[in-house]
Amino acid sequence: MLAAARCIVYRDLLLALRRRSDVATALLFFVIVTSLFPLGIGAEPNLLRSIAPGVIWVAALLSSMLSLGRVFAADHADGTLEQLLLSSEPLGVIAAAKAFAHWLVSGLPLVLIAPLIALQYDLPATLFGVLALSLLLGTPVLSMIGAIGAALTLGLRGGGVLLSLLVLPLYVPVLIMGAGSVDMAAAGLAPDGQLLLLAALLIVAAAFAPWAIAAALRISVE
Amino acid sequence: MTAQSMKWFWYASPQTFFPLAGVIARWCGAAAAVLCAVGLYIGFFVAPTDAQQGEAYRIIFIHVPAAWMSMFIYVVMAFWAAMGLAFNTRLSHMMASALAPTGALFTFVALWTGSFWGKPTWGTWWVWDARLTSELILLFLYFGFMALQAAIDERRRAERAGALFAIVGIVNVPIIYYSVQWWNTLHQGASVSLTRAPSMAATMLTGMLIMALAFWMYSIAVALVRVRCIIMENE
Repeated sequence: MLAAARCIVYRDLLLALRRRSDVATALLFFVIVTSLFPLGIGAEPNLLRSIAPGVIWVAALLSSMLSLGRVFAADHADGTLEQLLLSSEPLGVIAAAKAFAHWLVSGLPLVLIAPLIALQYDLPATLFGVLALSLLLGTPVLSMIGAIGAALTLGLRGGGVLLSLLVLPLYVPVLIMGAGSVDMAAAGLAPDGQLLLLAALLIVAAAFAPWAIAAALRISVE
Repeated sequence: MTAQSMKWFWYASPQTFFPLAGVIARWCGAAAAVLCAVGLYIGFFVAPTDAQQGEAYRIIFIHVPAAWMSMFIYVVMAFWAAMGLAFNTRLSHMMASALAPTGALFTFVALWTGSFWGKPTWGTWWVWDARLTSELILLFLYFGFMALQAAIDERRRAERAGALFAIVGIVNVPIIYYSVQWWNTLHQGASVSLTRAPSMAATMLTGMLIMALAFWMYSIAVALVRVRCIIMENE
């Protein structure tokens, strides 16, 4: 069971490595979107400091969502997905592995690059840890919820726009807790509460999302 | 299968349900019209003017029942969706699809009348209040459900995909509600609150309950008419 999961994660990472530009595009999108806000709002340092957590989190949300189309689309097109559905391994494990691979490719780079963006927004260095930790806890939830949407919209016309309509409302709690934890820390309070709630969301998502993804895949590939 | 469970499933077939739905829809439609007339009469002519809010408060006779229905219909919709997935009954899926537009309508009405009430009372059309925000997200969930079903041509997949989304949504609704509430207290403090200190006059409460009942009847009638249309289309 774990061998199958490891195999899928390894395979997806290998595929991502072979198509490096796809990974880079989502990351560049994150950097560009965050760079647009100061241009639109104005570069007043106090203002930037106060909007930084929200902007970084919203950009992370969008960037993670944009790459969701890739989670199952290629496998669906070349028939790999059908083979995965037929395999004797539990589909939930396979679904979890796919979501995990998506997070490694699209979520983890955001965690690593976010402090750099925070620097641009003049966020104090003491907050970098909280920001990175909140993204570390929150982005896997985005990948898992997003994978449900990706599985439901598999192979549909205008799937990308529909996908955003489906998953963005479900991302709301993660956004609130994630940006909220950094806001709390910026206000000089302990961000533990929000970080623990994020961790709780992560645990709940890890427990239920793989089932939902598996069910959605079965519905879409029937 | 025992006789008891046969009885339960008798009306699960679209063919047998179709005439029954017609009868119930007619009665509920008539009841909705009568109750609505009575409720609005009480709301506009009998209920006393509010001491603090003047006449503007009368919008609650529409607003509060609509907000109740918007949330309740989502639960009913998710219930039918779950039934559809569990028992593989076509009618359950049809009920879920038939309820969604009515639920979205009530959500929209609740938001709309809420902003009409907010303008004279709070002096603004919109505040990022916890309830308003979660109602808005509920509206997005309804739209997502309908858009997903509309985007899929194959009927069986559309029904089941929509059902799964409705269930994922219902799991998320409480989480969204509490996170929004928490966010609201952090960001803007207690500037405005929907909870009103003075208790309501009895006539106001009566009017509101009658309107709520009218909306119930309306929802049942409209959902059943819509389900009849869906049955006609598909069978």
